[in-house]
Amino acid sequence: MAIEAAGSGLVGEGLIKTYSGVPVLKSVDFRVTPGNVVGLVGENGAGKSTLSSVITGVLKPDGGSMQLDGALYAPSSPAEALRQGVALIHQETRLISDLSVAENIFLGRLPTHGGRVDWDSVRREAGLILDSLGVDLDVRRPVRGLSMAMQQEIEIAKALSRKPRYVVFDEPSASLGESETEHVLDRIRALSAAGAGVVYISHRLDEVREVSDEIVCLRDGNRVAHWHSGEVAKEEIINAMVGREFTYEHIAPKPSRSQTVLEVRGLGRRGAFAGINFEVAAGEVLGIAGLVGAGRSEVVRAIAGVDRADEGQVILEGRPLRCTSPRAAIQAGVVMVPEDRKGTGLNLDRSAEENLTLPWERDLARGGLMTRKIIRRVGAIQRERFDVRGNMALPVKSMSGGNQQKILIGKWLVKDPKVLIVDEPTRGVDVGAKMAIYEIIRSLAAGGMAVIVVSSELDEVLGLSHRVMVMSRGRQQGILAREQATPQRVMALAVHSSVPNGPEPLEGPQSPSSPATTL
Amino acid sequence: MRTSTDHAANEKFSAPHGKAATAGIKSGSAPERPSSARAIPGRLLGVFRSLPGPLVGLIAVMIVFSVMSPYFLTWRNLSNIVTQNADIGIMAVGAALVILIGGIDLSVGSTLALSLMTSAWLFRAVGLPFELCVVIGLAVGAAVGLANGVLSTYGRIQPFVATLATMSAAAGLALYITNGNPINDFPDWYLALTSIDVLGIPLEGIIMVATFLLAAFWLRFRPTGRALYAIGGNAEVARLSGLNVTRIKIGVYVIAGFLAALAGVIVGSRLDSAQPTAGTADLLNVIAVVVIGGASLSGGSGGMLNTFIGLLIIGVLNNGMSLLNVSPNLQPVVIGIAIIIAVLTDRASRSRQTA
Repeated sequence: MAIEAAGSGLVGEGLIKTYSGVPVLKSVDFRVTPGNVVGLVGENGAGKSTLSSVITGVLKPDGGSMQLDGALYAPSSPAEALRQGVALIHQETRLISDLSVAENIFLGRLPTHGGRVDWDSVRREAGLILDSLGVDLDVRRPVRGLSMAMQQEIEIAKALSRKPRYVVFDEPSASLGESETEHVLDRIRALSAAGAGVVYISHRLDEVREVSDEIVCLRDGNRVAHWHSGEVAKEEIINAMVGREFTYEHIAPKPSRSQTVLEVRGLGRRGAFAGINFEVAAGEVLGIAGLVGAGRSEVVRAIAGVDRADEGQVILEGRPLRCTSPRAAIQAGVVMVPEDRKGTGLNLDRSAEENLTLPWERDLARGGLMTRKIIRRVGAIQRERFDVRGNMALPVKSMSGGNQQKILIGKWLVKDPKVLIVDEPTRGVDVGAKMAIYEIIRSLAAGGMAVIVVSSELDEVLGLSHRVMVMSRGRQQGILAREQATPQRVMALAVHSSVPNGPEPLEGPQSPSSPATTL
Repeated sequence: MRTSTDHAANEKFSAPHGKAATAGIKSGSAPERPSSARAIPGRLLGVFRSLPGPLVGLIAVMIVFSVMSPYFLTWRNLSNIVTQNADIGIMAVGAALVILIGGIDLSVGSTLALSLMTSAWLFRAVGLPFELCVVIGLAVGAAVGLANGVLSTYGRIQPFVATLATMSAAAGLALYITNGNPINDFPDWYLALTSIDVLGIPLEGIIMVATFLLAAFWLRFRPTGRALYAIGGNAEVARLSGLNVTRIKIGVYVIAGFLAALAGVIVGSRLDSAQPTAGTADLLNVIAVVVIGGASLSGGSGGMLNTFIGLLIIGVLNNGMSLLNVSPNLQPVVIGIAIIIAVLTDRASRSRQTA
């Protein structure tokens, strides 16, 4: 930990931000010193992102002041903040997919030589930065087609190429798997070791505790807790976040029934995955775990008819399911809650209730007509059922992440399906909503639905599932029963890479005693 | 386009307080700041603001013209405005639907000409009964729409390019059929379409209004019509929600083509002549109507009521300027200015709503 000299550091005092009459930051004090990592936690809507936006010049505060190493600091724009050495790494990557990796890193400040862009130095510099991050990538290739994890690395490289003195990471791991996240955490450690002050915002408390020198907790725009060490019990942080006693424990699910609902036999799609075999029984939750890029989403997308599989078959209640389109799958009773809420899940500009009815309008219509009354009723029912807070008649984007996610899940449960697939059920939602969503999934399974949960968060898959299928590089590495599925075991299978390339029997090591390296 | 930063900020901010922040918007006026002294003008302003922007523009333009010209506010003149723009209005319905799904149809004017010339040629040169010729003409319009739809979905050609191609082809074919010559003299019942009144309203005006009403009903109450908003908002969300996006998109282009042909029927009747260049100047007017009505070319927003108001704004502007003897050469300039004002005020009212 660095010594807190009086004048050094990025300091905010009494920061206030009001948004159309609603206070979002209520006089927040904040300080990050060089070489220090401050973890910033809080539920969605607590003011974390607002605070980071104020610090990095995205927003102007309505009150309070900031100092940067003793001097008054009032950035008028993110660019201005960057010039003064304060960088923001956002939770979503904002790269231009048709430009090269190198050009993205130097966008807006390409060095010129005699009036022409000095491509040699751009590539050399970009290569050096990526090397220093331990990323092996051709800087001349376009960003299009790179994985989210790789794009996040480029985003980090872009920020670091400015040699900032203070870096704010706004949920960088939201879309990353465990090993990629570990990589981001390494970056943060390296940055602080090099003397930069880092603010790390995340919902994943284990990571925050692991990497932070101090932890600040916001709730409803107030700073409610400040620990001068990362060594804080998780429960203590959660209690500060939600403001009430809270047990972060998974309840064992009710036992599943014997009747098999969904069977997947030898499913494969070229370039994505192959040899997937599993079945899900009524009342069972099957978890699919694996690192990002292991092909988990691709498998469920094929089952739900979003992408077409090249081989194998899906059998629903003993009959082959022709999953050629989402429409066919939905009509057969197989629905998927997609992982990307904004891109493929919800129409953010439409009202919450209209989003809910979208897949079901043909069934809901009376005499072929969808009336406002029907839409209202469906909205009211789902609102009640999933405890959604917010106005159902307003655009979904006016809701918080957690409520948006409940709408997204509710959308697929207007009619109860036979098989519910949930891809990343709690991405970017706060702890309270997370628990509510787990409860929803549990009760659906208890009611006899077959559920498949894909998640990058180990805690989540392990806590919810009866059995866990672990994938790595497009292959199934094994299926573990709840009792056998320890985090270590799952990770061991997930990083397992000795996959035969030929057309081997791709059943995967089904027994838990498979040769897995211990972590 | 909104910048990414204020997009993020909006989300973050409105997230926790959605309920409180949005309560004010819903009621239109500003209930948070009750000032009894200025309540009445405040309320008036609130009512004014809650009206759709295009309607405010229409009312303003009508007030100006009724002050400046004694002839403007007469029944005769007002019904003329509707009647004279019946063809543009019918095409605008199709264009609004296409724009709603995020597409564009440049071929409407040429489709009008091609279908009109096909009907007339079948009547004159082949000798088919004219009723049948009209039906075939409508089918030709739908067929051009089908081509547009198939090219822009299965063919994966951007709608702008696909319909640019069919626009060119249809315009050429329309000229080719008669080597550029018009065909005249049609049956009396056909001419009656644009010359008789029903309950004091010209029939062509009724056809146009009926088209608007049908489309509005479809968009509001029928699942497939409602799906257009979902497709225009985010086609992938719509597909994952089980909508047959491709089929619906093709259907919309077919409707647009059919309506262009219907507009052709009216144009032919009005002139008692099928001109191979009919309608080719209408394209920009049609798109202007939809845009002035507040639709976004990126899809997902817009509606029939606003499109109708957009049509009236253009109609009133042209009519009023003629009454005031404004040079016809200056009239398109005014339309251009109206488009810009419409888009700017629309954006302002939108940002007021999201704030």
